Amino acid sequence: MDLLNIIVQGILLGGLYALFAAGLSLIFGVMKLVNVAHGDLIVVAAYFAYFVMQLLGIGPFTSLIVVVPVIALVGYILQRGLLNFTLGDDLPPLLVTISLSIIIQNVLLLLFTHDSRKLYGGAIEMASWRVTQDMAIGVLPVIQFVIAVLIIGGLQLLFYRSAVGRAFRATSDDREIAQLMGIDNNHIFAIAMALSLAVVAVAGVFIAVRTTFNPFYGPQLLIFGFEAIIIGGLGSLWGTLAGGIVLGLAQAIGGHINVGLPFTAGHLAFLAVLIIRPEGLFPKAVQ
Amino acid sequence: MTAIDQGSAPVGEAKPRSGFQVTHTSLSSRLGLIFWAGLVVVLIAVPYWGDRQTMRLLTEIYSFLALASLWNLLAGYAGLVSVGQQAFVGLGGYTLYLLALWGGFNPILGLPLAGLIGFVVSIPIIFLLLRLRGAYFTIGSWVVAELFLQIFQLVPAVGGGSGISLPAAVVKSIAASRDGREFLIYWIFLALVVAVLAVIVLLLRTRYGLALTAIRDNEMAAKSNGIDVNRTRTIVFVVAAAATSMVGSMIFLQKLSITPFSAFSFNDWTVNMIFITVIGGIGHVEGPIIGTIIYFVLREYLADYASTYLIILGLVAIVIMLRAPKGIWGLVADRYGWQLFPLARRLKRRESSPTASPQPGTGH
Repeated sequence: MDLLNIIVQGILLGGLYALFAAGLSLIFGVMKLVNVAHGDLIVVAAYFAYFVMQLLGIGPFTSLIVVVPVIALVGYILQRGLLNFTLGDDLPPLLVTISLSIIIQNVLLLLFTHDSRKLYGGAIEMASWRVTQDMAIGVLPVIQFVIAVLIIGGLQLLFYRSAVGRAFRATSDDREIAQLMGIDNNHIFAIAMALSLAVVAVAGVFIAVRTTFNPFYGPQLLIFGFEAIIIGGLGSLWGTLAGGIVLGLAQAIGGHINVGLPFTAGHLAFLAVLIIRPEGLFPKAVQ
Repeated sequence: MTAIDQGSAPVGEAKPRSGFQVTHTSLSSRLGLIFWAGLVVVLIAVPYWGDRQTMRLLTEIYSFLALASLWNLLAGYAGLVSVGQQAFVGLGGYTLYLLALWGGFNPILGLPLAGLIGFVVSIPIIFLLLRLRGAYFTIGSWVVAELFLQIFQLVPAVGGGSGISLPAAVVKSIAASRDGREFLIYWIFLALVVAVLAVIVLLLRTRYGLALTAIRDNEMAAKSNGIDVNRTRTIVFVVAAAATSMVGSMIFLQKLSITPFSAFSFNDWTVNMIFITVIGGIGHVEGPIIGTIIYFVLREYLADYASTYLIILGLVAIVIMLRAPKGIWGLVADRYGWQLFPLARRLKRRESSPTASPQPGTGH
């Protein structure tokens, strides 16, 4: 029963990791940009939710109504005002987002100090379903998992079944031809970043309800998202979800063996996949 | 068969039958070498006239310059943007401590052994990381460094989370007097940074250097000209890892204690090196030198505001990447054609050439 419990916890946690990964994977798919500041932006979303909650006296989930559009707008502006100018070569986007990551961490440090914070979700945090005598499943993790799956499904639909999704795929395939066909690449990239950060906002609030965060928490989240992508296999959102679940499982099992082990176990799972199946567990057939 | 596997003839020497030869030196690089030689002589003499504080500052500058130059070799020449070099800094530090504690080694002997360990450990790492491309390599290197941090925290035999200190007896075994120790460590640091720069310059002058430059400029074109990109990258990575470990071992010898967080610090051993290199000029050997000077000058004024300082460096780095991606030295080099190291390759007509009409294009 204990093992089953660990597996369920791991899977539910994995949904959250897949959410970190989905935003990262979306912008990589569209513009081949790996946003090293992705994790720091998740933390920014969490701090912003904290601020909105204090200001309006609302709960973390209600705060999403404000946090998601604002963070998405930040994404649009960030892309049009800065990141679009770095595209085209390998080094500039990487080095600019690394610098951005350091800037964000230190600005957060100046604003909010090194103290750990948490978003309090109220009674729902404690609520759980009792499945058997010695196994209970938290309501909140289940809701978060379901929402994560819905968001990933929604992104998948958007990518393959909508006009903006078609524009994403077109710019991803060939920027210049897409531009010739009347697509404004700069705008499309900014929309992709806005969408990525909208997902980030949800992920940021979800993780901040589950665990404490501080200004330097971002890189860890970036690494989780990245590991989920590589374990799952590049280019497929459902693969990313599976990757997130594998990572969540590895961490849950590692944490059960030794309290200090969860992240180490996650990293080892990632390296094991890299050794045995470098293309990931569920790669997309056609690249 | 291919340009890079073409026997043993180094690129630096043209074949005798052609009427051309490749030279590396120019007036500015000759002046540059004279300048460096003079500077090194002055720096060797610092312990005899400088105070303790000057020596401390200089050793810190040497260690930053060495680490930044090695990062530049990886990122600026080999296209390996690693954010995990702290793995090797920490590994070098721990190697020296553990050898001294367990084996009773003189810490100075730990220096070459740290290099050896860094070299050996880096081989499986680069083998794995090369499976990740571009930016994914970057984050993968971070995961590896995180893993090092966590393992050293978990294992009680290496001190666990609280780390280890160097016992006084071990410290005394370096040299009997405090002055003797500080002089020796100072000279070792100076020798290390000179050696690192010399190795980088010499490496860049070999055919691997030419291959690296080709990879830097256009990976696809380099590949199609027969350059074994992965092999070249592997060589650069292991060389950089060995050297980084050696520098790391000396950094922690001077600190007298080591913890997993100080050893594998992302901010201390990687972020600073990225800013130094980007601001000074990535892809130029001179870049990290300029960057290190700027870094330490700025730090003199902003040392009390650590976060503000990092924010400013980050903003400057972003502006540089957008406006002058080759950094401050890149601007100078493009404008005046200066080089402080004999690295550029210029084709010259051989003056004493017996062939009357050399045919460009058929030669090397």
